[in-house]
Amino acid sequence: MFSDYTSTELVSIFAMQGFAGLILFSVFVLMALGLAIIFGQMGVINMAHGEFMILGAYVTYLLSNLFETHMPALFSIYFFVAMIVAFFAAGALGALVEWGLIRHLYRRPLDTLLATWGLSLILQQTYRTVFGAREVGVSLPDWLMGSIPLTDIIEIPINGLFVMGLTLTIAVSVYFLMFKSRWGGQVRAVVQNRPMAGAVGINTEKTDRITFALGCGIAGVAGSAFTMIGSTGPSSGQLYIVDTFLVVVFGGAQSLLGTIASAFTISQAQSTMEFFLSGSMAKVLTLLTVVGILMLRPQGLFALKIRH
Amino acid sequence: MRFIPTLPTAARASRRKFICWLASFSASILFTSSSFAAPATSEVNTTGLAVTDDTVTVGILHSVTGTMAISETGSVQAEKLAIKQINDMGGVLGRKIEYIQEDGASDWPTFAEKAKKLLVNDKVASVFGCWTSASRKAVLPVFEQYNGMLYYPTFYEGLEQSPNVIYTGQEATQQILAGIDWVVEEKGAKSFYLLGSDYIWPRTSNKIARKHIEKLGLKVVGEEYYPLGHTQFNSVINKIKLRKPDVIYAIVVGGSNVAFYKQLKAAGIDMTKEKPLLLTISVTEDEIRGIGGENIEGAYAAMKYFQSLDNENNKSFVKAFKEMWGEDIVVGDVTQAAYLGPWLWKAAVEKAGSFDIDKVRAASPGIELTTAPEGYVRIHENHHLWSKTRIGRAKTDGQYEVVYETEELMEPDPFPKGYQ
Repeated sequence: MFSDYTSTELVSIFAMQGFAGLILFSVFVLMALGLAIIFGQMGVINMAHGEFMILGAYVTYLLSNLFETHMPALFSIYFFVAMIVAFFAAGALGALVEWGLIRHLYRRPLDTLLATWGLSLILQQTYRTVFGAREVGVSLPDWLMGSIPLTDIIEIPINGLFVMGLTLTIAVSVYFLMFKSRWGGQVRAVVQNRPMAGAVGINTEKTDRITFALGCGIAGVAGSAFTMIGSTGPSSGQLYIVDTFLVVVFGGAQSLLGTIASAFTISQAQSTMEFFLSGSMAKVLTLLTVVGILMLRPQGLFALKIRH
Repeated sequence: MRFIPTLPTAARASRRKFICWLASFSASILFTSSSFAAPATSEVNTTGLAVTDDTVTVGILHSVTGTMAISETGSVQAEKLAIKQINDMGGVLGRKIEYIQEDGASDWPTFAEKAKKLLVNDKVASVFGCWTSASRKAVLPVFEQYNGMLYYPTFYEGLEQSPNVIYTGQEATQQILAGIDWVVEEKGAKSFYLLGSDYIWPRTSNKIARKHIEKLGLKVVGEEYYPLGHTQFNSVINKIKLRKPDVIYAIVVGGSNVAFYKQLKAAGIDMTKEKPLLLTISVTEDEIRGIGGENIEGAYAAMKYFQSLDNENNKSFVKAFKEMWGEDIVVGDVTQAAYLGPWLWKAAVEKAGSFDIDKVRAASPGIELTTAPEGYVRIHENHHLWSKTRIGRAKTDGQYEVVYETEELMEPDPFPKGYQ
């Protein structure tokens, strides 16, 4: 396996693959954070998570067109505006969905699976009607393209660095929100014991709505960021949904830290194996490993988490 | 046994040249005579197809919902354009074409069910449809059992030849061999890295490519497949950088395509420098819209058709297409192949003098279109098309610049000897 390469090449391989793994890790965390909040904290199996991401991607697409035609001077910073707008757009849709659909299903977690699956189909068809069946191209400012060459072989993609930075920012913000803020305390109180939380004066309905909206908003930011590395089409969200659930379930649904640990494990395993095996085999082995570990540690599996 | 159908371009050119004027004159006589004295329905339809004294019904069967809608929309548009143009010229055997459109919904059993509906309930005279090989394989038994006629537009892996299908796209060797020969001769390529999405078409195509490369005494330094919908290509890009092939031969499809080219560019592989050079057979102008021209600039594609082809047929085709479907639309290889379907069927029906499936099939080999947007095509005995292979180079505006075309028509060879 290693004999084909010289020792300097091997060093490069591990450096590059390590970095590729880190980028994959950031992508996984970014995809999964929103779902970890919605699924892990609220117990809602949100199959429309990918569609909320794609809403963010379409917002980015619209804004890139807007800036290109009306404010070309500001085009280089449009991406930041796009991410913020994507957050609020996806969050607002999330709040609406929570109000119209999810809040009626809190005691029936498996039904959320069907309802959100239906929602994802509705959203996909809506995107198809509004934006057309074809994928759209999102133009990026020049500074996000290209790479920083370190050696002959090792080059670091700038958009990879950007995703890493973004993931770090969002993960830290979520941590402070959930564990250091008053609101986070309320969320955790509602999750642990709803009647008691209500009794001490927490507005549980409002807390639910904002939690769901936050999860969707983060999905929107993720979708916005992924226009740099992936496709934007009506059904592109489906590309992410399996990996997202894999990360959240593997990490143990209720633990945000677990999500991060699981994203790290899966991404490093996958990118290392991808180098020495073919892409499809790497995926198979990754999934087998996850299945094996989940058999030994089933706490991570879809633990039925019915609210009381 | 030559049969040259009349297309709208023939009429347009007639304004300039006397000979063409003569041709169009005789054509117009043909029209008049056909519309006044259309052959009796009992003569042209002995098997109970949906043919009346002034209409004939055909089917359009593509996915307009689901993941494949992205790709199949262009084919539907092209087929509707061709049908409209044929009707504007007087229809087929004096009958206007009407179509029944069914949605395969990106789901292969649905395709089979809808195909059966079109053939059994609607008794359509022919079907234009399918896109993926999986959908074609699903409908094939239906077409063979109920004796229907399918015009299939997509370039595909070959290894098939059904009496009930006319394949208007290229089979694998037509796309692959000329492309590889070209990079070897023109660019001096010595080593190749083969890459694809993990399903039958890329795998079969790469198998043919590998055999051909090895026959030429050159080297394949890597061959690799990723699941459909894969979005992270950093590892394979790293491998490519290490093995330093002269050519990346990429058959990545769907949403993965976008991820692959964006990440390739982000990793510092500048395809305009051709180190390595990238050759693909899976990216048409349609796909570039999603990828973004700046992300794929400099890549080469081996196809039979590019929107930028500089000939009169193509100019009027692109113009008509945009008039019907909007200025912003682009036309890719498969869209053009789908456009040929109704014209080839019309020519075969007129040559046979009948809508009967068996007579149309018997009349099909040898049918030629001089007015196809890609130039000249002819139906081979094996139901595929003789057509030229061209190499285009992607530009930032999302179009290809044609840099090479084969001198001769490439013979379709769905069962290539020595390549299996």
